Amino acid sequence: MTHIEPRTWERFFWPVLVCALLLALWHYCVVWTATRIFPSPLEVERGMAELLRQNVLWGDIVDSLRRVAVGFGAAAVLGIPLGLIFGWYPAANQVVNPAMQILRPISPIAWIPVAIIFFGVGDNAAIFLIFLGAFFPIVVSCTDGVSNVPSVSRRAGRNFGLSPLQLLAKVVFPAALPQIIVGLRIALGIAWLVVVAAEMIAVDSGLGYLIIDSRNSGKRYDLVVAAMLLIGVIGLALDLGFRKLERIKSVRWGFRDDS
Amino acid sequence: MVGGIADLVRHGLLLKYVVASLFRVTWGFVLAVIFAIPIGLTIGWYRRAQMAFNPIIQILRPISPLAWIPIAILWFGVGDLAAIFLIFMGCFLPLLLTAINAVQSIPLVYINAGRNFGLRPAELVYRVLYPAVIPKLIVGLRITLGIAWLVVVAAEMIAVSSGLGFLIVDARNAGNRYDLVVAGMVLIGIIGLLLDVGIRSLERVKSFRWSYSED
Amino acid sequence: MPLMETLVKPVALKTKLCAERVDMVFHRDTKTTEVLNDINLEVSDGEFVCLLGPSGCGKSTLLSIMAGFLTPTSGHIRIDGEVVRGPDPRRIFVFQERGVFPWLTVEGNIGFGLFRLPRPEREQRIAYYVKMVGLQGFEKTYPPELSGGMKQRLEVARALAVNPDMLFLDEPFGALDSITRLIMRGELLRIWEAERKTIIFVTHDIDEAVQLADRVVVMSARPASVQQIVSIDIPHPRDISSPRYLELRDGIFKQIGLAHRV
Repeated sequence: MTHIEPRTWERFFWPVLVCALLLALWHYCVVWTATRIFPSPLEVERGMAELLRQNVLWGDIVDSLRRVAVGFGAAAVLGIPLGLIFGWYPAANQVVNPAMQILRPISPIAWIPVAIIFFGVGDNAAIFLIFLGAFFPIVVSCTDGVSNVPSVSRRAGRNFGLSPLQLLAKVVFPAALPQIIVGLRIALGIAWLVVVAAEMIAVDSGLGYLIIDSRNSGKRYDLVVAAMLLIGVIGLALDLGFRKLERIKSVRWGFRDDS
Repeated sequence: MVGGIADLVRHGLLLKYVVASLFRVTWGFVLAVIFAIPIGLTIGWYRRAQMAFNPIIQILRPISPLAWIPIAILWFGVGDLAAIFLIFMGCFLPLLLTAINAVQSIPLVYINAGRNFGLRPAELVYRVLYPAVIPKLIVGLRITLGIAWLVVVAAEMIAVSSGLGFLIVDARNAGNRYDLVVAGMVLIGIIGLLLDVGIRSLERVKSFRWSYSED
Repeated sequence: MPLMETLVKPVALKTKLCAERVDMVFHRDTKTTEVLNDINLEVSDGEFVCLLGPSGCGKSTLLSIMAGFLTPTSGHIRIDGEVVRGPDPRRIFVFQERGVFPWLTVEGNIGFGLFRLPRPEREQRIAYYVKMVGLQGFEKTYPPELSGGMKQRLEVARALAVNPDMLFLDEPFGALDSITRLIMRGELLRIWEAERKTIIFVTHDIDEAVQLADRVVVMSARPASVQQIVSIDIPHPRDISSPRYLELRDGIFKQIGLAHRV
C-alpha cells in the first residue's frame, strides 16, 4: 500500500533479515530456557544432515509423494468429470448437493478407522484418505467453474452452431479452466496436509511416520523439527510447480487481478 | 447405528464429547483470530513487511497442523491445551494469509477517497480499511472454521482422551464398535455443517454483504 | 447553505492552481516510463478546465498529482500559492463511479466527509445534496443496487457535500451511456454555475471538453506535454450546432491529428 516502489535489493534483504531474526530468537529461547529436549536451529541442521546421510530419508520422501500422486490423481480423474456434469446439469447438482454438504466437512482423518477396515494398515488406506481429502474440493471447484461461465459465452458458442459436446469442449471447459486449476492447486495442498496426517497414524513409512517415529524412538526432537521443515519445503515446491500452470497463456486471463 | 447413538446419549457421553470438541475448537479458533487478523492486516498494509514474511509463511503453510503433535505434547502435555494449540496452529496461517490478501485487494480508490476527505490514520482504518476487508475476512473465517473442525477431530484421535475424534478411535479399539464409529462420523459431519451455516448467516448482514451482491 | 453567493464571475481572475515544470517518471522493476514532460499550467479561481488527450497519455496521472495522491518526480503544483503535499478535503477528487463506498448507504456515502459536523447539521446537508442530485427515495439504498448514473451523481454529491473549493473529475462520465452522459453534463454545469467551484476535468472525449470547459488543455501522447490551450468563448448554455462551436471542435480534432470524418 505504500506507493514507493521497493528497490531490488530490498526483495532479498527483508526476507533474509526476518528469517535471521526469527532463527536467532529461536536459538536464544532454547539457550535461555536451558531445555534439553527442544532442539536449537543448529541441532536441527545437524539432524537434517544425519537424515540425509542415512538414506532412509529418500525412501520416506518418495513414499509420501507416491501416495499423494496416486490419491490426488484418482481424485482428479474422478472429480473433474463429475464436477463438470454437476455444473452442466444443475438438477443433478441439486440432487447430490445435500449429501456433499454433509460429507465435505468430515475430516479425512475421521475416515481413518473406515479406511483401515476397508484396506487394512498400509498404502491403500493412506491413498484412500488422500483421495477423500482432494476429491471434494476438486468437484466443488469444477461445479462452480462451469456454473460461473457467463451465459453470453454459451450463447455465443451456440450461435456459431456448436453441438453440445463441442460447446463443452470449446467454450465451457476453457472458460472454467482457471477456476478448475485453482481448485486442483488447493486440493493438492490438502493432499499434502492429509498424507502427513495419515502417515502419522495409518502406515509405517513416509515423512509423517518419520515425525512420529523420531519422537517415539528416543525423543529425537531435532529430527521431528527437521522433518517438519522438509514437509514445508516440499509442500511449497509442489505449490510453486502448480502455480506455473496458472501462468500458461491460455488460462492466465482468469488470474489477471490475482495477487 | 441409531442404536449406537442412543447408547451414547444414555450414558451422557455424547453430549460430553460434543461439548469437549466444541470447547477446543472455540478456544483455538478465537485465539487464532485474535492474533492472526491484526498481524495479517498490518503485514498486508506494508509492502515491505509482506515481502519480509512471505517466505516463512510459504514454508510453514504446507506443514500439516498434525505434524505439530509431537511439539504440542512436548510443550503442553496430553490434554486440552495441546489440542487447542494444534487448532491454533491450523487456523493461524490461513487467517493470516486471508487478512494479508484482503488488505492488498482493497481498491486504491477507496483509500485515496478516504484520505481525500481528510481522515486521520486511525479513522482511515476504522471507516475505510475495516469495512473494505470485512467480506473477504468473513469468507476466510468460514473456511478456517472448517479447518479447525477438521483438526480437532484429528487431534483428538491422537492427543487427548475425550471428544468426537477420541470417540471414533476408542469405539474401534475397544471392541470394534463400528456402529459407533459411523455414528461419530455422521455427527462430525452434521456439526461441521451447522458451524458452516452459522457463519454463513454473517455473510447476509447488509453492510457486510456489499461484495457478494455485486457479481 | 454556503452557496450562491455570487452568480457573476469575478472580473479580476485570481490564480487558483499553478503547475510549474512538472515531470513524472515511473520506475517499475528495471523499466522507466516517462509519463509527464514539463507541464506548465495556470488555472483561475472558479474556472472550468478540461484536460484532453488520448487514453493512457498521462492526464489522469497529472490529475492525481494535482490532488496530492502522487508526488511529481520534479516540479510542483501550487494551490492558493501553497505547494501541494497531500490530499486535502478542500479539494475533492471524483473517481469514476467506482469511488463510492459499497458498504455505506447513499446517505452514508454523502455524509462520509461530514464526520466533524454536529448531527443535525450533517443530516440537513445530506438531505440537501440528496435532493440536489435527485436521489430522493434512495437514501437507504446501497450502491450495488444503483445504476451507473446514480452512482456517479452520488459521488459528485459526496464531493460537494464537504463544500470543497476545487473538484478534480477523472473521466467521471466515461462509464455511462450517452443519454445519461448528456444529462450528467447538464447537471454538472448547473452545479458549477450555482457554486462556482474550480473544476479540473479529465476526458478523452473532444465534444465533452468543448461543451463543458472554459479552456481545453490539449495534451500530447506519452510522455504528455501541453500541446495547446484552447479558450472556448461560447456562453452557457451552448448551442452545439453553432458555427463557433463546430469551428473550435474541428480545430481540436485537427490539433490531435484526426480528420473529423467517419
